Amino acid sequence: MSEDWLLDLSHVSVTFDGFRAINDLTLRLRPGEMRAIVGPNGAGKTTMMDIVTGKTRPDCGSVRFRGQELTRFDEPTIARLGIGRKFQKPTVFEALSVHDNLLLALRGTRSPLRMLFLRETPDEGERIAGLLGRIGLTARERLLAGALSHGQKQWLEIGMLLAQDPRLLLVDEPVAGMTDAETMQTADLLRDINTSHSVIVVEHDMDFVRALGVDVTVLHEGSVLTEGTLDRVSADPRVIDVYLGR
Amino acid sequence: MKTSMDFRSVRLAAGLVLLLSAVLSLGSLLPQQGVFSVSPFVVTIVGKYLSYAFLALAIDLVWGFAGILTLGHAAFFALGGYAMGMYLTREIGARGVYGNAHLPDFMVFLSWSDLPWYWMGSEHFAVSVLLVLLVPGALAALFGWLAFRSRVSGVYLSIITQALTFALMLAFFQNGLGFGGNNGLTDFKDVLGFDLHQARTRAALLALTGVFLAGSLMLARWVVSGRFGRLLVAVRDAESRTRFMGYRPDHAKLLVWILSAMIAAVGGAFYVLQVGIINPGEFTPGNSIEAVIWVAVGGRGTLSGAVLGAVLVNFGKTLFTAWMPEFWLYGLGFLFIATTLFLPCGLVGLVGSMGGRAGRNARTDPTPELVEPGRDEE
Repeated sequence: MSEDWLLDLSHVSVTFDGFRAINDLTLRLRPGEMRAIVGPNGAGKTTMMDIVTGKTRPDCGSVRFRGQELTRFDEPTIARLGIGRKFQKPTVFEALSVHDNLLLALRGTRSPLRMLFLRETPDEGERIAGLLGRIGLTARERLLAGALSHGQKQWLEIGMLLAQDPRLLLVDEPVAGMTDAETMQTADLLRDINTSHSVIVVEHDMDFVRALGVDVTVLHEGSVLTEGTLDRVSADPRVIDVYLGR
Repeated sequence: MKTSMDFRSVRLAAGLVLLLSAVLSLGSLLPQQGVFSVSPFVVTIVGKYLSYAFLALAIDLVWGFAGILTLGHAAFFALGGYAMGMYLTREIGARGVYGNAHLPDFMVFLSWSDLPWYWMGSEHFAVSVLLVLLVPGALAALFGWLAFRSRVSGVYLSIITQALTFALMLAFFQNGLGFGGNNGLTDFKDVLGFDLHQARTRAALLALTGVFLAGSLMLARWVVSGRFGRLLVAVRDAESRTRFMGYRPDHAKLLVWILSAMIAAVGGAFYVLQVGIINPGEFTPGNSIEAVIWVAVGGRGTLSGAVLGAVLVNFGKTLFTAWMPEFWLYGLGFLFIATTLFLPCGLVGLVGSMGGRAGRNARTDPTPELVEPGRDEE
């Protein structure tokens, strides 16, 4: 049974200078699932993503992805295994065009030596055109990514994640700083993405989480406080306690 | 930093380099005192500028495109120079001061009886050409592997590149190292049997320098204009982001670093052939810093600007040091500050912003009316 999980964090702990950012965290995700993770500041949401993607090594516990232990791998290896990550602050390559951002992200060779000799294939061009349509940036293809608006950068970054075609997407606060209309469009986009990819979304915005319509995990002080549907979770007195004051 | 991925100016620069070196070397073969004749002094000095241009190009490749601010690149230039200098030293043969056919003068002077093992093969031109590329390339590979793998970057990397060239300078000052101590290698007679003091040899060397520099420019352009070049820019601007996409930024940096060291080394070899001396002074940290200023003045991240900057600043140095030598360093410092403040994209950037606005640049340039909040209607 345990090997059926796509992602399986069990009893993970990490300490920074005596501060337990993650405390005996156990979190599991089924293949194809989308999960929202909420929690107050300092609950360990971003640290959890750092651990899964190899940026932070846990002190103890295990992180398995499709049955494979991740804690001994570095970031590029984990990315190549099929885990993509979108950061809270949009990080696109501002000096490159929208097109080139997607081109670099496309699943394919990661060897610098081979990239010296590679030229863009018609197939890659088509995949990029498809992605541009999906994130609504077709008209911006030749623009430098640095010239995009904040919301457009967020979408470009989601597009880059799709280009990587990972099995699991980790998305950190995708709607921070977006207008209400953009927020709802992003929820649509993520639901659409979820039809072919598994997703973990970290978000504060409850309207957005409601729009996603998926199960919610509440983190608090580095471990899981409760899990379930948004309605059940938001009715939980412990959650109300954590959010409204201690 | 903005980088226009449009390298038309590189072709233009390569063409100008070819033209300049061809015209001057042909002119030097005309009878002296003619209208179009070029003096041997000009041939040597332009050969020197163009040799320095290799170093500038090499620095721009790593600094402009991979964000590695190297302050020790002259080390690779000097190593390339020493590798060529060893061959030229062996060519002297029995014509040295001591008339020893097997040992260079300085080894006779130190009463050495045999050539050290690392001088083996240096009597062959082909071996020496390989050493010009392989020795600096191997050092760059080792240094880069250690530094990039440990994620040393920014100022810390700049400081250790300075340490590298400083350490090499101290080592080459030692007589015991077997490279002529503080005198270095000099008093060369000929290359492949051609007399280095003859106008025709010197004209050919200048023309060859031009051909190789133009070739290096086109090679560098090819490297940065493809997908690898985009990866370099991505690594330069957001290194950690590339890791989460599955790239190994240390490998990308290492590749361009080794290539850059080799380009610098070729410049060093042409320098020695034309200037006729190589000594540990070439490893002085100041030399490497000066070369970074050439690139900044010409325009970082443009390739053509590196060559332009190297030629112009060195031309200025020649004039200035003849005119009021004690003020050259102040002039150079002022130039660097002025470039940083008023010409952040260097001379090439200045020309580009005056002429290229309406051209192809507009396509990739962020113009205000295209920067709007929110998303347009679908």
